Amino acid sequence: MLHYLIKRLTSLVLTLLVASVVLFVTIEIVPGDPASFMLGINAQAETLEALRTELGLDKSKPQRYWQWLTGMLQGDFGKSYTYKTPVAAMIGERMWISLPLTLFALLISTLIAFPAGIYAASRRGRIGDAAVTGMTQLGVAIPNFWFAMLLVSFFAIKLGWFSSGGFIGWDQGLLVGLKSLLLPAIALALPQAAILTRVTRSSLLDVLSEDYMRTARAKGMSKRSAIWRHGLRNAMIPVLTILGLQFSFLLAGAIIIEKVFYLPGLGLLVFQSIAQRDLIVVESVVMLLVFAVVLVTFLVDLAYAWVDPRLRTRS
Amino acid sequence: MKLRTLVPGALLVLIFLSAALVSFIWTPFDVTKLDIPNKLQPPSLVHCFGTDQLGRDIFSMIMVGARTSIAVAFIAVGIGMLVGVPLGLAAAANQGSFIDELIMRTNDLVFAFPALLIAIMITAVFGPGAVNAIIAIGIFNIPVFARLTRGAALSLWSREFILAARVAGKRAARISFEHILPNILNLLIVQGTIQFSLGILAEAALSYIGLGAQPPIPSWGRMLAESQTLVSLAPHVALFPGFAILLTVLGLNLLGDALRDWFDPRLQRLRS
Repeated sequence: MLHYLIKRLTSLVLTLLVASVVLFVTIEIVPGDPASFMLGINAQAETLEALRTELGLDKSKPQRYWQWLTGMLQGDFGKSYTYKTPVAAMIGERMWISLPLTLFALLISTLIAFPAGIYAASRRGRIGDAAVTGMTQLGVAIPNFWFAMLLVSFFAIKLGWFSSGGFIGWDQGLLVGLKSLLLPAIALALPQAAILTRVTRSSLLDVLSEDYMRTARAKGMSKRSAIWRHGLRNAMIPVLTILGLQFSFLLAGAIIIEKVFYLPGLGLLVFQSIAQRDLIVVESVVMLLVFAVVLVTFLVDLAYAWVDPRLRTRS
Repeated sequence: MKLRTLVPGALLVLIFLSAALVSFIWTPFDVTKLDIPNKLQPPSLVHCFGTDQLGRDIFSMIMVGARTSIAVAFIAVGIGMLVGVPLGLAAAANQGSFIDELIMRTNDLVFAFPALLIAIMITAVFGPGAVNAIIAIGIFNIPVFARLTRGAALSLWSREFILAARVAGKRAARISFEHILPNILNLLIVQGTIQFSLGILAEAALSYIGLGAQPPIPSWGRMLAESQTLVSLAPHVALFPGFAILLTVLGLNLLGDALRDWFDPRLQRLRS
């Protein structure tokens, strides 16, 4: 296990390093000098030079990359070109919307997908199965931002149960905060729930045809308790893998959903920053999201190896 | 057997494909012509899908929008295949070598960036537009095809007919294109349909957030973005483009499912 852990950890660090280089080089392609952008066209040459020194722009590119990298490791993401505030603080503030939204959506997706998938698998070939499978076809095909718009027009504008956008803030209480994230989370969760339902169904169907399931039935267990006692535990392994992968889809998908609901999360921050050419913010947010994706993939791999010992010894 | 999904899937795809093609020579109304007095008209005999906030015919806009969506997704899948498949073949032909390792690790790297993030980065650097949307979606398709090709090709390399080709003195590159590729083509076609449908969704999402095709080129995603504040006032403006996306993606997915079963050798034996 230790050998496997070290190998995966090395690959994680390498992926992140290369990703950071790619990101840095990509952003470097953008023409223009951030310092003159910040100060405007009428800036004095000396002021410009002072700001360039302050931002570290006078150093060579490798030096600046190193500065950016080591800064990030210490939680210092640099200063926003537009707002002149630390990027880390801006991200931290927005994170309190994007992260709960993603986790909320993950929870909803699981709460829909597990029962639906188990139900469909246990009624294979019957009308209930066909209905669930048909719903998943629709769920996968529906654009989530469109679904979000429909949710807003029905539940917020027509029925008036929710506000149609914006975020009140967590200081109003946990439930109030969660309520304003409920519609966005449902919209975000729907396509992922459809995918997860399919995986749960097919994974459970694979398990149901195993010999040990027949043995369980033969010794007198009902179909239901055989599924709960033996089937689910074995069917969960592929499902958990997909669940881990979905985290990154949800995190990226949140960027669009935040736009529908005007939620001031990381997504909205990225769009503002692109519009204002505040590329250091774009760079930092993208790096952070890549880190989250790589980390979750790593954790899923690890959980997988822990559950299935064969994976540890392979290659 | 899921072959019963073939007809509805193919039919839906055909409808939108013909709408896109016909739009080149004919649309009921000119999509660039504004008709403010007739704005936000509900569906009628003249405008069967109604008109938008500038009085343009929504049916015509959906026809032209189909062109944008299909073109962007199709070219993006093409890029993914043209780059990804040779990479996957090369990786499989040199399994375990430095090239294999390099290709697969680069794949992992691209996978670490969610597709939307790649698109956002590209548009942040090069500006929004249909071409950059194609590149962004295309880049994400490369590792998908590379990985699929490598996996499928690896299982073929150990087969006797490949061994026979090697004994006959054929080089790895020639074996890959003459023997491996034809045998994995069905897999690639199925994955191609799936990526095509994902590409349509991605294009719609990018134009919705303003990073895709720019005005005046109509696109389904931007039609939805523009309708967002009008949903309660004139629901048809938001409903029709949404259904266009939904039905195109649904059609492609149904077609993909049917093709997968069609190509599945186990089911083929059952059929005959």
